[in-house]
Amino acid sequence: MEQNRREFLKASGLVAGSVILNPFTGYGFNSAVGDTIKVALIGCGGRGTGAAAQALSTKQNVQIVAMADAFKDRLDESYRNLTAKKYKNAAGATVDIKTKVDVPEDRKFVGFDAFKKAIALKDVDVVILATPPGFRPSHFEEAVKNNKHVFMEKPVATDAPGIRKVLALAEEAKKKKLNVVVGLQRRYQANYREAIKRIQDGALGDIVGGQVYWVGSSPWMKERQPNQTEMEYQMRNWYYFNWLCGDHINEQHVHNIDVANWIKNAYPTQIQGTGGREVRTGKQYGEIFDHHTLDLVYADGTTISSQCRQFEGTWNKVDEAFVGTKGRIDSFDGKKTILKDYKGGVIYAHDDKADINPYQVEHDELFDAVAKGEYKFADAERSAKSTMTAIMGRMATYSGKLIKWDEALNSDINLFPDKLAWDANPKLLPGADGLYPVAVPGKTVVI
Amino acid sequence: MYKKILNLIPVFFLCLNASAQDNFKSYTQVIGGSPQVYDMVAIPGGEYTMGSPATEKGRRPDEGPQHKVKIEPFWMGKVELSWDIYDLYAFKNMEKEMALRHPDPEKSVAKTDASTRPSPPYVDMSFGMGRAGYPAINMTQYAAILFCKWLYEKTGVFYRLPTEAEWEYACRAGSKTAYSFGDDASKLDEYAWYRKNSSSAYKKVGTKKPNAWGLNDMHGNVMEWTLDQYIPDYYAKQPAGEKFAPVTELYPTAVRGGSWDDEPADLRSAARTPSKPEWKVLDPQLPKSEWWMTSASFVGFRLVRPVKTPSAEEITKYYSPALIEDY
Repeated sequence: MEQNRREFLKASGLVAGSVILNPFTGYGFNSAVGDTIKVALIGCGGRGTGAAAQALSTKQNVQIVAMADAFKDRLDESYRNLTAKKYKNAAGATVDIKTKVDVPEDRKFVGFDAFKKAIALKDVDVVILATPPGFRPSHFEEAVKNNKHVFMEKPVATDAPGIRKVLALAEEAKKKKLNVVVGLQRRYQANYREAIKRIQDGALGDIVGGQVYWVGSSPWMKERQPNQTEMEYQMRNWYYFNWLCGDHINEQHVHNIDVANWIKNAYPTQIQGTGGREVRTGKQYGEIFDHHTLDLVYADGTTISSQCRQFEGTWNKVDEAFVGTKGRIDSFDGKKTILKDYKGGVIYAHDDKADINPYQVEHDELFDAVAKGEYKFADAERSAKSTMTAIMGRMATYSGKLIKWDEALNSDINLFPDKLAWDANPKLLPGADGLYPVAVPGKTVVI
Repeated sequence: MYKKILNLIPVFFLCLNASAQDNFKSYTQVIGGSPQVYDMVAIPGGEYTMGSPATEKGRRPDEGPQHKVKIEPFWMGKVELSWDIYDLYAFKNMEKEMALRHPDPEKSVAKTDASTRPSPPYVDMSFGMGRAGYPAINMTQYAAILFCKWLYEKTGVFYRLPTEAEWEYACRAGSKTAYSFGDDASKLDEYAWYRKNSSSAYKKVGTKKPNAWGLNDMHGNVMEWTLDQYIPDYYAKQPAGEKFAPVTELYPTAVRGGSWDDEPADLRSAARTPSKPEWKVLDPQLPKSEWWMTSASFVGFRLVRPVKTPSAEEITKYYSPALIEDY
């Protein structure tokens, strides 16, 4: 195994900030930029570009040295945005981003195998994986194989074979002491951390029920363009195809489902639910449902209800609430993060005034650990299990059946195309009327 | 409700067709192709003293020097703009659906829709505080201006954001005190939703007492966008004849009125609030959204309509704010 550069730094007792010796030649290494943490950005959409900017805004000397995307236009736009303006770092000092984005043309990689070339670069320390989630297992695999620390966006897969792969890789990453941070940013958000720490210390007694919601409006949709192959159309409009997105219950609601699992410190043993396409029925919306409602049932019998929908013009809520034997928490929404007992007493009220943007905290903590040569973050396993919970929810609403954890996790239904190429076909194709086949509860087989 | 609209429609058409000054009365703007209406209050022109005296409790240096400002007559929204109307603009599908249910051959979807609309928000921009009857929040100043353009296309009536000077004039309603009702902050509860009485959420528009000119929620509930760049010493160095400070930088722009999350001093008629990049801190994308603030659940807006309609060129200028990308 090639020794990880950061581990080497720690093992050899070198202090971050001093001149770094190249482990292989003994010569000064990157001396022009000092102790630089080099990053490859895989997936150059708005979120990937945002994550790159956050990495560059940490206290550490971070440099983006490679970029990869399936589409050249997405990569070019991201590069333009990253090099357009000066940022302020965490200490409030102005940072000239251009000096921190060192991506010449020969380190811009485009196409389905672009990620491999970027991750394989020897001096890359950290990779940011921010493509549509269907690619996450194979990209994570490449990162772990190449001994890179990882920031990857949620969810971490779209089907059970993908989850099993991520779980196996999580073990390997742990053995290699690779830090893995996953963008379930509530885990890095102070009001959640403080309240849940107290709940897990027993402030509300045993948690015996709750509700989690992502009830909001519909996201973007990209119209089909002339001359697009089916593969390109699905890639551009990835939100509406399960091999790429996993349905909005996976892509979005996984945040709230993860909070339920966090509070329970467990994963549901079984789920049943209902869902469908009520508003968003056109052919431009692929195959995903527009609403799901679930019972998440845990081993101790606790049932937490989960709702997600994407309707316009309706009542909305993105939040979580839980009841315990001694008290309750009705909201985690900023100023309303208050633990209460049943006599109206306040057990804990979170003051969010000094809180830092959790999207930034994710990167601050990851890069701090990488710079110090510490191994602190192993988010992959729990994130894979929360992603599995969301996939299991989709299995329940698509099939209309009661789904158990083990049978869901062992499902061999693989949504990924057999071949990735612009002229290859994804598994799901539209009918003669342009409409995609959509799951029918009671008929659709999911396991 | 329907009867109320019918009664007001003649007034509305007179305003459009005759010299507006001759018929300078409050009216109700119908949003064609929907059941929504928006009450506009006639604000007479006049001269007033903008800013606060050094003796005012809670006063900040950016509120001086006090100076005389002459204001042309205009109409101002009686209440803050609600989600009911803003969502028609933000969600084209909703507008289409409404138009089917509320056919209006003169207006709405029959017109060519040239509007640029907000991108769909990733999180719920009402943050669970309520939608029907509640103030729209979290839009950028840019989005609020383009909303005015959309409404112009729908109605043929020129609407825009108030200037800081117009806003303060309308808020004061002839008063010279810290609040439109006097200096006694203990009376705020009758007029405003603010930190002490809001239970950490905005409230339905128009549920507190109006000021002397009939405007509700000028103090509290949500802060309101103005047309101005926020310049702390603008009152000292405002070029002669300039009605407002044109926006050339994304931050800060001027916001007025204080919100459900603010202390009494922030709700004063003269209090000025600069917008901040932090109001978009939870937007994880780059560039950040030009349409949504994401973390400004205390900022909304209301409309004004000047009695003297600007020229076509001026209108185009009002509706073409520079898009300043937010990195």
